[in-house]
Amino acid sequence: MQRIRLRYTKRGRLRFTSHRDFQRAFERALRRAEVPMAYSAGFTPHPKVSYANAAPTGTGSEAEYLEIALTERRDPAVLRALLDESLPDGLDVTDAVEAHTSGLADRLQASVWELRLDGVAVADAERAVAAFLAAEEVPVERATKKGIRTFDARAAVADLQAGACEADRPGAGPCAILRLVVRHLTPAVRPDDVLSGLRATADLAPPVPAAVTRLAQGLLDEETGAVTDPLAPDRDAAATAAPPTAAGLTAATQAPPAGGGAADGAA
Amino acid sequence: MSAESVFPQLEALLPHVQKPIQYVGGELNSTVKPWDSCDVRWALMYPDAYEVGLPNQGVQILYEVLNERDGVLAERTYSVWPDLEALMREHGVPQFTVDAHRPIDAFDVLGVSFSTELGYTNLLTALDLANIPMYAKDRTEDHPLILAGGHAAFNPEPIADFLDCAVVGDGEQAVLEITEIIRAWKAEGRPGGRDELLFRLAKTGSVYVPKFYDVEYLADGRISRVVPNRSGVPWRVSKHTVMDLDEWPYPKQPLVPLAETVHERMSVEIFRGCTRGCRFCQAGMITRPVRERSITGIGDMVDKGLKATGFEEVGLLSLSSADHTEIGDIAKGLADRYEEDKIGLSLPSTRVDAFNIDLANELTRNGRRSGLTFAPEGGSERIRKVINKMVSEEDLIRTVSTAYGNGWRQVKLYFMCGLPTETDEDVLQIGDMAVNVIAEGRRVSGQNDIRCTVSIGGFVPKPHTPFQWAPQLSAEETDARLEKLRDKIRGDKKYGRSIGFRYHDGKPGIVEGLLSRGDRRVGAVIRAVYEDGGRFDGWREHFSYDRWMQAAEKTLPDYGVDVAWYTTRERTYEEVLPWDHLDSGLDKDWLWEDWQDALDETEVDDCRWTPCFDCGVCPQMDTEIQIGPTGKKLLPLTVVK
Repeated sequence: MQRIRLRYTKRGRLRFTSHRDFQRAFERALRRAEVPMAYSAGFTPHPKVSYANAAPTGTGSEAEYLEIALTERRDPAVLRALLDESLPDGLDVTDAVEAHTSGLADRLQASVWELRLDGVAVADAERAVAAFLAAEEVPVERATKKGIRTFDARAAVADLQAGACEADRPGAGPCAILRLVVRHLTPAVRPDDVLSGLRATADLAPPVPAAVTRLAQGLLDEETGAVTDPLAPDRDAAATAAPPTAAGLTAATQAPPAGGGAADGAA
Repeated sequence: MSAESVFPQLEALLPHVQKPIQYVGGELNSTVKPWDSCDVRWALMYPDAYEVGLPNQGVQILYEVLNERDGVLAERTYSVWPDLEALMREHGVPQFTVDAHRPIDAFDVLGVSFSTELGYTNLLTALDLANIPMYAKDRTEDHPLILAGGHAAFNPEPIADFLDCAVVGDGEQAVLEITEIIRAWKAEGRPGGRDELLFRLAKTGSVYVPKFYDVEYLADGRISRVVPNRSGVPWRVSKHTVMDLDEWPYPKQPLVPLAETVHERMSVEIFRGCTRGCRFCQAGMITRPVRERSITGIGDMVDKGLKATGFEEVGLLSLSSADHTEIGDIAKGLADRYEEDKIGLSLPSTRVDAFNIDLANELTRNGRRSGLTFAPEGGSERIRKVINKMVSEEDLIRTVSTAYGNGWRQVKLYFMCGLPTETDEDVLQIGDMAVNVIAEGRRVSGQNDIRCTVSIGGFVPKPHTPFQWAPQLSAEETDARLEKLRDKIRGDKKYGRSIGFRYHDGKPGIVEGLLSRGDRRVGAVIRAVYEDGGRFDGWREHFSYDRWMQAAEKTLPDYGVDVAWYTTRERTYEEVLPWDHLDSGLDKDWLWEDWQDALDETEVDDCRWTPCFDCGVCPQMDTEIQIGPTGKKLLPLTVVK
């Protein structure tokens, strides 16, 4: 059995895809692409797919990860292109490596998020960020199925910076961009919670909903705040170990395809 | 008319609504054509939530048929849930298509497919959100034609004031004919305005334009006659019938949604029409004659459809799927082909006979055998003769006996309550039937974990059926009868716990009855319900019986009629029915004879295997039954791996 790890996106209007929606779409794409999937045993066999840490519905992402198990070997680069072709535009498969290590999920320790705040002046955003970072604790509330839950949004935040939106963007008016590095803790702190925190500590209230995109997930370097590519260890292992087959060799020696690779968002 | 995408405005609202994915489009196999490359543009609407509307075969077929043509585009729109509706009103976002998010009022035609009458209020919501005047008389040349189709369009009178036109029957060819008429009229510089376009459509004899017909009433509220008010408009409008299904292998590329929907499978319509002659069944009456798709045509559609979609289930659709002349070979052939691929096969709408167990066994070769569903419809032998559902209790017992013997553990039985001539006794016999089913199941399987679920709802008489004259049972009487049945089943010490009982109360049926057999005066009720906030009437959590009754009490007395007049009143032979000028091909005298036969408990056979009963469809519409067998077999597909 060959295990392949994929990085995929939720872009544009398809960021409104829920995780369940994505699962169905992905399993159909596997069928259309005729991927030789391994199936679970039992009355209703399911293709073996492990999803990790999906982004919330409505947020975009450049860095979602999953792992699939195949009964026949496939070249990861070819598989990537085939699956990308089989999925709707916006759900794009941007990277694929054969698994040579364990614990992909364990390596997804932190996320880099971009929060675009239309109608918010950069100076206001900077002030709010400073107030947020200066606080020891930022209690926020979130409505869950069990009612309102209160928890700290501050501790999980490894880094938070405010900057200006690109100069040549369409439309006028102020616009600020937040770059957020957040540790994956329990309870999970989402970009929304940090926005609630900014409102609580500094009255930052964007007039329109923030456009939120996950740029990267991976291991967090506590010193630099950088988040590194979680597929890198597999790539490294493949490059040093003697690959079992020719197909494995092709995959292992190939450079990461366009759009994938190192955690560009964290650079 | 601007056709700019409203997506930027909509996008800002989506984070605040439930399941936003249903509004963004981008489904696999969806099509967005450049606006300016087309001169006839259709918006197709299914007037219910996306999760119900997206899988609708009718809309998917027309969407593909239209988009395949040069110079024609079709986009889809569905009803938005009240949470988004409120935000759209607040922010001035109009009703939009999910394909390119264009505003509906920019299109030439809004084609609305009504499978049921309960979508009428949703039509009004969509028109209002689209800034299109609700009444046809208030529309100008700048507004799209509002065109109704689907089974409910066989009596479009309750919504006649809101419609510009309606098509009865099959839509595949009809939409193309309409497209050509619109194209020519536009190319000529829109001579004569909207009325001229409608006149050209009406002249064909197969597009109904309500405004060209006047309805006259008698003093007692009945209709005296329906007359064309313009020369050149035919007295009756005839239905469309596609004769060769193999020539129309649609949908070829079914839409694959990202959102979860009610049916997620590759559906192939294996035949259209039904001549079993069940007297309550509007679908069976209005879709005659029977036209089969060939076994090879079916195999081809399944193959291409699965490749295009990646669906894991195939549904073989029709009104009575086991009646296809080559169903055995089809089921076996498909089961053989897809055994390796873990593709499930389903066969909805099967009749109660042992042959169907063999089929069901074939379809579930490798899977689990959980439940089988049959629809005896009536509890007593007598009532089954009335409705012409020719299934004897011995047939049923023999069938379930085979089923339980083959490893099936659960049987679901569907019934109706409130059928013409029905008494409490007819309904109470449903309980006896369920007991006999369980007893036989325990005997055959030697086990006690056998279940039988009885599902029952109120009968609603429908236009163009022999029961179109019948009195509907009131909601109170329906509920009382169902309670008696429930008490009987619950009170059975030995078997009661093995019988599941599901029923629908009688109230929604009365509203459906009002809309099914209503005339133009009922339009005022629909409008009043809409104004009072009525939406999504097919959904239990949104439907309000009281709202409908209050609206009826407010509007109908002006005409000297009431809800009971439309529902529980029996009609006579002489009465002009609101839909008489819409020709389903069925001879009204034949329907009346069949109604009389029903009252005499006389059964009528299926004309596929017996001589013609002169229902009128074939000679009048120049059609005939199209059935096999072709003698062909499905060959294994060559697997290249």
